[in-house]
Amino acid sequence: MPQIAQLAETYSSQVFWLLVFFGITFFLIGRGMVPKVMETVGMRDQQIADDLAAAQAARDAADEQEDAWRERENANRAKAQGLIADAKAKAAASSEAKLADAQKRLDAKLEAAETEIEAARTSAMAEVEDVAAEATQDIVARLAGAKVDKRTARSAVKKALANG
Amino acid sequence: MAAEAGKVDPMKQFQIEPLIGQSWEIAGFNIAFTNSALWMAITTVLLWAFVFGGMKRELVPGRWQMAVETFTGFIDDMLEANIGKEGRKYLPYIFSLFMFILFGNLLGLLPIGLAFLHPFTFTSHFTVTGVLAVISFSIVLIVGFWKHGIKFFTLFVPHGTPLPMIPIIFPIELISFLVRPFSLALRLFVAMMAGHVLLKVLSSFVMDGINAGVGFGLLVSLPSFLLMIGISALEILVAGIQAYVFALLTSLYINDAEHLH
Repeated sequence: MPQIAQLAETYSSQVFWLLVFFGITFFLIGRGMVPKVMETVGMRDQQIADDLAAAQAARDAADEQEDAWRERENANRAKAQGLIADAKAKAAASSEAKLADAQKRLDAKLEAAETEIEAARTSAMAEVEDVAAEATQDIVARLAGAKVDKRTARSAVKKALANG
Repeated sequence: MAAEAGKVDPMKQFQIEPLIGQSWEIAGFNIAFTNSALWMAITTVLLWAFVFGGMKRELVPGRWQMAVETFTGFIDDMLEANIGKEGRKYLPYIFSLFMFILFGNLLGLLPIGLAFLHPFTFTSHFTVTGVLAVISFSIVLIVGFWKHGIKFFTLFVPHGTPLPMIPIIFPIELISFLVRPFSLALRLFVAMMAGHVLLKVLSSFVMDGINAGVGFGLLVSLPSFLLMIGISALEILVAGIQAYVFALLTSLYINDAEHLH
């Protein structure tokens, strides 16, 4: 085994060169370069953490604004609903009043018309009675030759008319 | 590799050969630049290139940056899970340790032997794994005594130990604590060496079978070759697992030092 066979002649060289090269590795690479690499990693981790925190904050702000907007929207909607209900009620009231007014006018017109009709009928009846009385006088005079005065003829006509 | 009479020496791959500076010395200690040192250098350069490619510091990472950040994040998560918030400051060390071992393990598995180059797995030498284990263990001791002072020794007395049991429990815990660097070093060294020896032994079966004729080739070489493919895949897995285990255990030991029990 050369490790043992050559031990006496090579150990010093082995130890020396190992110390030299491992020393270079440790001081140049381990202490010089590795911390910089780790620093880069740390910076990146920091950046990622910061970005995540910023994103979270932005999200929270957005949520807050959305909530505020929702609240405002709800209030506006409620207000609009109130306005609509108001307008509806007002419109209903005014239309009701107009309707009542129109009804009243119609009723009045109807009543006037009815009175007129009644009056016309009465006057027409009177005319018919007059004509009938005259006709009766005529008929009696012609048939019986008797002269019937106007009052008698009229009462006779009235009796006949009442009997239908 | 099969140069001498078609024989494959499965141990030759662990041979350390000085490349330059055979006579370089510091205070009497030879510090020749060997093939082992060369592969440590390659590991360091490739690791530097890998991490450098991930240093673009872009907010949206590319693939390379993502890969590097995956590794640093992996070690960071492991430290967070095992040590907690205090684990962050050990990231440079654990990351270096994990990646250095991982790259060393994987580079040793490169099939560049086909191009007559010799890959060398420095993690298959206990001189190397031993030093890494000693460094880890030293950190545990330094952190432990720095943070807790003499109270660090309560680590060897688990909570709720009855008083008369302490004289027995204490040495047992102490020994199990002191064995840690050895188990740490030997685990990696043995795992890497065993895999490489197995691959070389199987490769010698393949060559010897082919040399012995078509019949043996079909009977021995083909199954051995299929097994080699499977074991190569397994070795890639082991390379990752052993690097992970080394880093994981180190972080667990550091956790002991940080928090006692």
